[in-house]
Amino acid sequence: PAFGLFIFTIARDPLRIIILIAGAFFWLVSLLLSSLIWFIAVKASDPQDERLQKGLLIFGVMFSVLLQEAFRFLYYKLLRKAIEGLVALSEDGCSPISIQQMAYVAGVGFGLMSGAFSMINLLADALGPGTVGIHGDSQLYFLTSAFMTMVLIFLHTFWGILFFHGCEHRRWWEIAAVIIMHLTVSGLSFCNPMYVGSLVPSYLLMAAAAAWAYLLSGGSAQNLRRFLLCKC
Amino acid sequence: MITFMNNSDSEEEPCNERTSLMSAESPPVPSYQDGLQASEAGEAQAHRKRRAGSSRGPNNITGGEMSGSGVPVRESALESEEEELTLKYGAKHVIMLFVPVTLCMIVVVATIKSVRFYTEKNGQLIYTPFSEDTPSVGQRLLNSVLNTIVMISVIIVMTVFLVLLYKYRCYKFIHGWLILSSLMLLFLFTYIYLGEVLKTYNVAMDYPTLFIVIWNFGAVGMICIHWKGPLQLQQAYLIMISALMALVFIKYLPEWSAWVILGAISIYDLMAVLCPKGPLRMLVETAQERNEPIFPALIYSSAMMWTVGMAKPDTAARGPSQQTWDAAEDGREHLRSPSHAESQMSETRSPVPTRPITSLEELEEEERGVKLGLGDFIFYSVLVGKAAATASGDWNTTLACFVAILIGLCLTLLLLAVFKKALPALPISITFGLIFYFSTDNLVRPFMDTLASHQLYI
Repeated sequence: PAFGLFIFTIARDPLRIIILIAGAFFWLVSLLLSSLIWFIAVKASDPQDERLQKGLLIFGVMFSVLLQEAFRFLYYKLLRKAIEGLVALSEDGCSPISIQQMAYVAGVGFGLMSGAFSMINLLADALGPGTVGIHGDSQLYFLTSAFMTMVLIFLHTFWGILFFHGCEHRRWWEIAAVIIMHLTVSGLSFCNPMYVGSLVPSYLLMAAAAAWAYLLSGGSAQNLRRFLLCKC
Repeated sequence: MITFMNNSDSEEEPCNERTSLMSAESPPVPSYQDGLQASEAGEAQAHRKRRAGSSRGPNNITGGEMSGSGVPVRESALESEEEELTLKYGAKHVIMLFVPVTLCMIVVVATIKSVRFYTEKNGQLIYTPFSEDTPSVGQRLLNSVLNTIVMISVIIVMTVFLVLLYKYRCYKFIHGWLILSSLMLLFLFTYIYLGEVLKTYNVAMDYPTLFIVIWNFGAVGMICIHWKGPLQLQQAYLIMISALMALVFIKYLPEWSAWVILGAISIYDLMAVLCPKGPLRMLVETAQERNEPIFPALIYSSAMMWTVGMAKPDTAARGPSQQTWDAAEDGREHLRSPSHAESQMSETRSPVPTRPITSLEELEEEERGVKLGLGDFIFYSVLVGKAAATASGDWNTTLACFVAILIGLCLTLLLLAVFKKALPALPISITFGLIFYFSTDNLVRPFMDTLASHQLYI
């Protein structure tokens, strides 16, 4: 579905593709830095201690979430500058792309990259021979991974919109909400393999974020109804 | 140890053209500002300037060719408008370059992943005489550095040789050399490639069919690249030969040497393009002085040629030469905006001064394209292919390198639009790519693996 989003909404406009790739790049850099920190921490600690390793992992995850949000903020700053440049250069005085569209595309960029990194090795292995969950792990590993990745991609998209909106209007609580949501979702994934604990709340959060982003982007229940009724 | 039958310079030919983005217009710009009146003189002048711009040397010309929109009634405001157009179309250009680079990389990665031939070590090129099978790390490092030195010096010698030939107007020789190299690429490498692919998928093909297929492929390729043909087909052929060349490099360059060579090439590119005495820069300047088009070789052009549209006899005559010019074999990078298209425009315009300006502008706008040298394609693909072949984190590393290279290309194009002169396209992308490769492979991979094994999400 995320790829469908890409095809339908982004692939037309070259500027959006560039923003998308740049967004993916920023996510990548944040991942790099967070894994650097984790790596150093692991090397500096005792590899035998299970609990410590688990604790370090949790720390790494949280830190990575914070770094991702920090990079989202940096990206926002960059895009602001770019928009000013574009406005100055365009012929009719208004930018060819609005900040909301940029927010959307940036979110998709982040999401796609994070999804790709989460899923792609899994997919490659899935092509090969093997049985899922043969050692007593859950048999639904692939399915849940797929769903979790999808929800994460969508969440990143919505968080992008919310985050940029919060930055635009200087509503710090919106930004804080995004960060808290991100931390929550990551934290919930610690409940794996008890999938009920992680998937369901994530989807609920995603629905909430979707509604919020939709409202922020100017939609409303009216629009929605009109859209649905007109189409069918 | 079997050395690959790396005989002719023609094989080296592709590697010689370094990446440089060519800017076609630096000279025209100053005269541009003053000469712009709606007069024949102005037109002719603009026309001449554009020709000068278009005949920039093959290598380092970045196509910040904004001055191209040479409508005769230009005032200085027009130039700023052109700058706007440039940047506005900048995104489009970037995409026009993204697509072929992506395609090339996809082809290379797909082949590496599926056909095992290209990851087996079967000997080395004579250009990298030192083996890397040594027991100690220090020795291996030393050997790879020596390999790099040998390779880079070969490339430098070739490039200087090419520049000298060009300076002394031995065009026939150059053409012959290029034709020979493209012949070899199209026929020999395709044959090997096809053979390996068929072997991998266990598909049988008899020799007559193979002969016919390769003959057709090669013949059409030669025609497309060196003479004229539909733009899409030209682009497709250029992508294919870049991919083939990159695969050859991936196979025959030993591990550490490949990485050191990539780094050294980007440094060399930087120097060769930007230093006043650099060979590539001299080539560019010589071509500029002579107002000649660069030879029909090593650039990939994304411009849309509508040559057929203009019903002018001289246009038709110029059409073929423009197209061959666009066809690039391996090459230097030219990142060039519309220059040749515009020169064509200007040429067609001067016989017909009454041509309506607006339609001209539209046509010119459509024609804006960007050129990138084939050497860039090759080295980008080598980087990504090596990442796919040797990284144990597989797809993550490959993906990371891919994104890094694209971002590097974006930045380079941005610099192009800002500086409007020839720029090397390799350094930024390759640097990003290398950084990301090594860091992703060593740092991110354990992190992601641990996360995935616990099914945690960040």
